[in-house]
Amino acid sequence: MALINTGYLEYEELESIQTLPSDERYAEGPVAIIECVQEIPCNPCEAACHFGAIKIGEPITKLPTLIGEKCVGCGMCVARCPGLAIVVVDKTFTDTTATVAFPFEYYPTPVVGEERNAMNRKGEIVCKGKIVKVVNPASYDHTPVVTVEIPKEFADEVRTVERI
Amino acid sequence: MLEKDVLVIGAGPAGLAASIEAGKYGASVLLVDLNMQPGGQLFKQIHKFFGSSAHRSGTRGYDIGKQLLKEAEESDVEIWMQSTVIGIFPGNKIAIEKGLDSGEKEMVTMQAKKIIIATGASENAIRFKGWTTPGVMGAGAAQTMINVNHVKPGQKIVMLGTGNVGLIVSYQLMQAGCDVVSLIEAAPKIGGYAVHAAKIRRAGVPIRLQHTIIEAKKGADGCVCGCVIAQVDEHFQPIPGTEETIACDTIALAAGLKPTMDLVKLAGCKLTFNGPFGGYIPLHNERMETSCEGVFVAGDTTGVEEANTALEEGKIAGISAAEDLGLLTADAASDKRAEIWDRLHSLRLGPFGERRMIEKEVVMDEYKERIGTPSPIQ
Repeated sequence: MALINTGYLEYEELESIQTLPSDERYAEGPVAIIECVQEIPCNPCEAACHFGAIKIGEPITKLPTLIGEKCVGCGMCVARCPGLAIVVVDKTFTDTTATVAFPFEYYPTPVVGEERNAMNRKGEIVCKGKIVKVVNPASYDHTPVVTVEIPKEFADEVRTVERI
Repeated sequence: MLEKDVLVIGAGPAGLAASIEAGKYGASVLLVDLNMQPGGQLFKQIHKFFGSSAHRSGTRGYDIGKQLLKEAEESDVEIWMQSTVIGIFPGNKIAIEKGLDSGEKEMVTMQAKKIIIATGASENAIRFKGWTTPGVMGAGAAQTMINVNHVKPGQKIVMLGTGNVGLIVSYQLMQAGCDVVSLIEAAPKIGGYAVHAAKIRRAGVPIRLQHTIIEAKKGADGCVCGCVIAQVDEHFQPIPGTEETIACDTIALAAGLKPTMDLVKLAGCKLTFNGPFGGYIPLHNERMETSCEGVFVAGDTTGVEEANTALEEGKIAGISAAEDLGLLTADAASDKRAEIWDRLHSLRLGPFGERRMIEKEVVMDEYKERIGTPSPIQ
């Protein structure tokens, strides 16, 4: 089943459309994953990146492409994407854990140290996660970027935490 | 009699953009709207907009609304709220029921050299058993309640429709603290952007495709207490035996919009029927002028799209009005329009936009064929 039937991306479908970071790039630290797979007229992510790591060009309906070697995993694009379709994954957080930084526009905003259920793209609980960072400056315009620490094997699966 | 260079009807994104543009070139502009506040639907759009980062995308709708109101003020646009245009007559004479600060109404007759109609669109209703039960409402109404009036329409919501309105309003209902139980869609695929659907799904909300609502259940209090859904066949007919009941207290309907045509018809503009654009729309040319000379249209009135295209069309209408008033040379106006058409073109690319791009051409070709040169209001 495809995204337009289910509403969520299977990893295989995502991988077939978007360029995902290589294992080598993941080994270097945090990197953005752009889960945007439809040609819609939208390009704020391109302007949001101060490092020129996201390329859309003309026309603005083209899919964004991540240039892995330029991405520093800062998360600016995570807050700016109107589709809330970008996360930053760090597979080097510890030997056994990874982090996923994602946009979270529900109240209550998670707080650092809190434990919440970590969810996949279908809204299923995957594992427990620990909130390690919450960034919400004025420039993010009310889109807090929350970082959750989870077991490394779930880094490609976890994309949010449960609403409470 | 009150005289203005330009009367703009409708203070949504299209009408505001048209007013700002015409005002910028020195036209005296009166903008009237029957609502309490200007901005159209912008002030209930709490999400960040798509579009080009060069043109306000990534900005939340209400912030775009605030920017437009500021620009309107800078362009000396006079705004009358709670004011309704009730007559459009030959010689561009207009009757307006003007809302006064006291809450009373006053009849005003005025004359405008140019008229720009940007009255937007209204939601389609879907009829099923019990559809008039309290608790059944348009998705737009639910959105107004949560985002403008800060009142939850209910606690457990079922949303009918998965176009962008259905998806976005479902998300915002969850942000407001409601529980969205399910989205119901008759088509075999989700109608709106996948990124919006993805937000709904990762929040754990199911989307039921090839289903429809066949009944709203009424509780002892006379309000909605649930809905009966059923699977539909390829002709969108419910399949007997597939009924299920879902407990809910609110049913929101997001089944598309249709252009609001009352004033376009009143002015006598020639119409065409266009399914993808939501129904009857006024024929218009690339200057956004209708079959009536000096009467322009912009935004959802010309075919249901979204705020970005409404803003751009509004600018074109404002530029064309200013040009006809002699405030802008024909060359300058046509250069500016070409720039905007380029942007409209890029907004209408991709799988979601290309149909609208084609249909826009069809409408303008039909204008050339049937109208050619506009004639004064009869």
